[in-house]
This record gives sequence, structure tokens and C-alpha cells, in this order.
Amino acid sequence: MNPVSSPALLSQQQALSWARAPAACLNFNCMLILLPVCRNLLSFLRGSIQHCSRTAARQLDRNLTFHKLVAYMIGFHTAVHIVAHLFNFEWFMGAQLDRNSSLLPFVLSEIGNGDNASFLNPIRTNETNPTIVMFTTIAGLTGVVITLALILIITSSMEVIRRSYFEVFWYTHHLFVIFFIGLVFHGFGRIVRGQTNLQAHNPFQCRDHFETWGENGTFCPKPEFAGNPPMTWKWVVGPMILYVCERMVRFYRSQQKVVITKVVMHPSKTLELQMKMKGFKMEVGQYVFMQCPPVSALEWHPFTLTSAPEEDHFSVHIRIVGDWTQGLYEACGGDKDETQDRVKNPMLIDGPFGTASEDVFNYEVVMLVGAGIGVTPFASILKSVWYKTIQQNQNVFTKKIYFYWLCPETQAFEWFADLLQSLERQMTSKNMADFLSYNIYLTRWKENEAAHFRVHHEAENDPITGLKQKTLYGKPNWDNEFSTIGTKHPNTKVGVFLCGPTMLGKALEKQCLSHSEAGVKFIFNKENF
Amino acid sequence: MGKIEWAMWANEQALASGLILLTGGIVGVAGQFRDWQFAAYAVAAGVFVCLLEYPRGKRNKGTSVERTGQYCFTVCVKSFGPLTRNYYVRAFIHAGICVPGGFMLATILGCVCLGIASLIYLAAAIRGEHWEPILPRKDSARKPVADSINRPPQNPPPRPPAEMRRKRAEDLEGAAYVNPIPVTANE
Repeated sequence: MNPVSSPALLSQQQALSWARAPAACLNFNCMLILLPVCRNLLSFLRGSIQHCSRTAARQLDRNLTFHKLVAYMIGFHTAVHIVAHLFNFEWFMGAQLDRNSSLLPFVLSEIGNGDNASFLNPIRTNETNPTIVMFTTIAGLTGVVITLALILIITSSMEVIRRSYFEVFWYTHHLFVIFFIGLVFHGFGRIVRGQTNLQAHNPFQCRDHFETWGENGTFCPKPEFAGNPPMTWKWVVGPMILYVCERMVRFYRSQQKVVITKVVMHPSKTLELQMKMKGFKMEVGQYVFMQCPPVSALEWHPFTLTSAPEEDHFSVHIRIVGDWTQGLYEACGGDKDETQDRVKNPMLIDGPFGTASEDVFNYEVVMLVGAGIGVTPFASILKSVWYKTIQQNQNVFTKKIYFYWLCPETQAFEWFADLLQSLERQMTSKNMADFLSYNIYLTRWKENEAAHFRVHHEAENDPITGLKQKTLYGKPNWDNEFSTIGTKHPNTKVGVFLCGPTMLGKALEKQCLSHSEAGVKFIFNKENF
Repeated sequence: MGKIEWAMWANEQALASGLILLTGGIVGVAGQFRDWQFAAYAVAAGVFVCLLEYPRGKRNKGTSVERTGQYCFTVCVKSFGPLTRNYYVRAFIHAGICVPGGFMLATILGCVCLGIASLIYLAAAIRGEHWEPILPRKDSARKPVADSINRPPQNPPPRPPAEMRRKRAEDLEGAAYVNPIPVTANE
């Protein structure tokens, strides 16, 4: 529209800009939103970037945060876009309704009435209303459909729904397919018009003479318009293709046959599955996505691998907390008492995918902190440590590991205690008792248990874990721990790895910052699912 | 999708719809659109829906997370008794409220979203769900505290007092000790 002096018309002209600006941002954001969820692509990038810069590669671990931020932006820009278009529709309609040749909007609306091609105002008649126009244009119809899809996606992605009713979140999220299809077709009606004869008709010179456009003797012919070609597809076609490839890769990888070699039920409702798959190669602390078709044909859930790369199988420890894990437990025959061999159950695996734990062996001194079930990635690391040390030809860069396990109940120790016991024996037999120093903190206990601990306080082995290092009670004093480690290892980079709740992460991050002084540097790494 | 509580999602959808209806109404009124009366209605309807849907209900299974400051809204909504407790009533209320929004472009999005929320509430009602208020736990429900609360323990459990913990290697007989408190299970 031409720039004019009246304020009302000025704001009318601006409304279109207010709609097109967020549209441009939406093009960019919709391009970005698909990329962080292509986890196979990210895994590949991570591997390649790692050779250049470990810090850069670690940013890829925050892909879900990035996905959410882009989603918030899409929601915001959609809202601005819609509000601006509400004003546009209202004023375009008004331009057709106030049929007075001394009004510029009406004159502009009359353009193109003859051939119905060079028009400016997409509302072509005064015998309609904005709602009808919306449902009879491609742009309007696709706009409604994709906005509805977006709103449903957003409401089902709220944390409450996501954490408790994962299926609703997962299935509704697939409305994004409709969103992208509608988005691509949103501009195909060419409803946004651009002037085609700017040479002959200069808006700045001709705007005040609109009553005499095209008449004999004037130097302003009537302006002509045509639809602007659709642009969105150019932005999103690349990521859409990448995402399709990602799903095909996931499907292909999931077709590899997985054999469950052992099912073990541990106390504290923890299920261990040992599996083998052709061509499966893992690193320490990685995770896989698992699908169990007898339980649910469409859901994939992530689990940390608890086995070491040096073993001939790979294993996961799963806590039974919800529908899917309970179904998995029954499908693996877990409710029968004995451990089973060669369970014939189709299980699909996608992965492994990398996390920060891969970096553990790049540090000379390492602090590992696991809270409750968060200890699982460290099970993999400690096992790998054990294998590496008994194979003497391995030159391990890591010289000292400090391991902290915070746990609210004693039964949870049992499956992990076995691992620690064998490590303890191995280390002692190779005179490497100093290599691994572990501290187990029991954060909650009952009265009768407390009495038992008190009695056995003097025993050589800990009454709970059977280990030589005693279980400690309550929460660790991180300030002390960091100071001690900082003093013992001056001039080193100490890697701090956490798998646990956000609050603990914040506390540790603060400690890392406050204790990193001349020489010793604490570098914080966090992983979360 | 066995144990989904549809009401939880319906609640999120309805709250979002209320906000969308409100926004559309404000745009219609502030921009002095032609059918601004519908927009004015949408403002009122949007506010009503938001107030009704803001307090989250209690979940059947698992911990319920409250929205910030929802307690006063909970009390208000609870006072309507069966009208707000029953999800059939809610489904029909939302279906009724959303209809006038369909007559104007600015409010039509809120209308459709509220209609969808109404359908999800209908599904919840058919599955037998109902709205329970999240109330703070009453103190009288807890067991009466034992007398020992007035005498706090002198030592953190479970270690014995400091002088007992000191190891006396040169005196093995003296290093052994008798339990100061008899060990019994606490039922």
C-alpha cells in the first residue's frame, strides 16, 4: 500500500508489515525447529566436531532446550502474525464497504476489477465478511489448520502432560506433519500482492493524485499488482528432507535384530536387560532408545547403557515406574522368578547416542556425582575403568576418580554394590587402591535401620554395602569436598560430572565456579534426560 | 494410553482457549471492529473460562502440581459443588460458551479451541473422571507425635557418641562398648 499522511491509513498500511515481519521470523524458526530433533544427524556431527573442539561438540547435548526455545518463538510470532492479520482483514473489508471514490482505500480496492488479476485488495467484493474470506482462501484455510495444530501441540507439551502422560504428548506432537504441510501451502494462493509497474507509477509521487490515476493527461497510470510467489518452502524444504532421512535412518537401525541374552530383576524394582545386536558399538555413558512392540508399537524411550564397551553384550538397568516399563517387565517374562536366557522377544534399539560422559577419560582427575538412579551412566564408566586397568597395554589418562553416590534407600545399593565390590578387590590386588575413591551417601533412613547401623558401626565392612569404605549419612558437604580435591590436585583440570536433579546441578555448578582458582579448574558437565 | 487422565490435558487446552478468546476479544474491542459486541462478549467469556480452569484438579495417581497461587481459585471453584466437580457439566458449559465466538473472525480461534477442550472434557467425563480440589494436608490427619519430640536426640543417627567412636587400639578390651540404648524395631 502507498504511504499516506492520514494516521488511520498509516496504521492500516503498517498492519500488513506487522504481519509480514513475524512471517519472516516464522520462516526462519520453522527451518530451525526440525534440526535439534534429528538425533542421528546430531550424533554424527558430534563425532566429527569432537576432533576439533570438545566444547563445541558438547553444545549439541542441549538440543532439546534449543528445540523448546525455538518453539516458544514460533508461538510468539504466530500470535503477533494473527493479531496483525485480524486488523488487515478488518480494514481490507472496510475498504470494500465504504464505497466512496474520494477514499484512497476504496480506489485501491477497485483496481483489477476488470481482469481480476492485477488487484491489490484480496477481498474482491463487499458482499462477504472476513470469516467467509478466511475460509475461502488458501492462506486463510491453511492458516486456521496449522494454528489449531500448533495450539494442540503446545498444550500437550506442557510439562505436566509430558512427564505424566507421555503418550498424549508424543502422538499429539506428530501434528507437526500437518503443520509443515499447511505452512508450505500457506503462501500458494499468492494473496500478498506486490506492485508490478513501479517504473511507470511511482507511489511517492502519485499518492496524492489518486483521484486522477490513469486519466488522460496525468503522468500516473493506474498501479498494477500481482501475487508474490510463495517463499516459505525455500526455508523449510531442506530441514524437512533431513528429518525424513532421520526417520528413515531410525527405522533402518531399528530393523537390526536384537537378542536379549539375560533378564535380571534387582531389588528396588530395577530390571536389567542384557542384549546383543549385530554391529552395535558403544562408548562409555551413552544411551539408546528402546521400543518394545508388544507393549506399544510407536513409543521409543531412552535408557542409559550400563555396560562397558569392552564387554561382549550391552545392558540397561530400567526402573519400573509407569505403564510402559511395567509392560516391558511383563513382556520380558520378568514376573517369573528365575533369570531367563535367550528370551525370544522382539525389541528394537536405536542408538547409541553420545552424552557428556564420553569426556570422562579426557580429564586427569574426575569427580562423578550420581543421585539415585542417576548413577547408571557411571556404572558404565566404572566398569570400563576396570577393564582398561586390567589390560595393561592401555594407557589411561585419568589418574584419579572421586565417585559420589547419593541414595535415599538401602535396597537400591544392591546391584551397584556388587560392581563396587569387585572393583574394590581388583584395585587392591593390583595395588591401585588409591585410583578410585568412592563415597556413598544414604540420604534417608528409618529408625530401625538407624539402630542397626549404630550397632555395626565398628565392623570392618559397611553393614549396608559390604564394602570397606563406610557408607556416610546425610548429604555431602560439597564445600569441603571441593576444597580437599582442589588442594590435592593443584594445576589440573578436574572434570565434574553429574547425573541427577537440577537443584544439585546448580549447587555443583556454583561450587565449580567458586573453587576454580589459580591452577586447579573445575569444569562442570551435566546430563539429564 | 491406558492410564491417561484426559481431564489434565483438557484443563491445559481450556486454559489456553480462555486466553486466546480473551486476546481475540481485546483485539476486536480495541480495534473497534465491526462486530465488536461479539468481541466484548469474548472478553468476558475468556476471563470466566480462565478463572474456572486456572485451579488444577487433583490427579488420581501420582503427585499433583499446583499452579502458582491457585489456592483462592480452588476455594471459589470448589464452592460450586457438583457444577464444577462434574466434567459433563464443564463440557457443556464450554460448548455453550464457545458458540458466540464463532460469529466474528477475531474470536473464532478461541471458539474452536474451546470446542476442542469441551470434547476432551467429554471424553474425561465418559471415563468417569471428576474434579477434586488440591487442598493443603490437614494436620489432624497425622499421627500424634511421641513424647520424645521434647527431648531431641543428642547425636545424629546412626553413630554412637563421640567418645564411643574414638578408637582405642592399645586397649582392645576397652574399645568394645555396650549399646547405650537397647535396640528395638520401631513400629
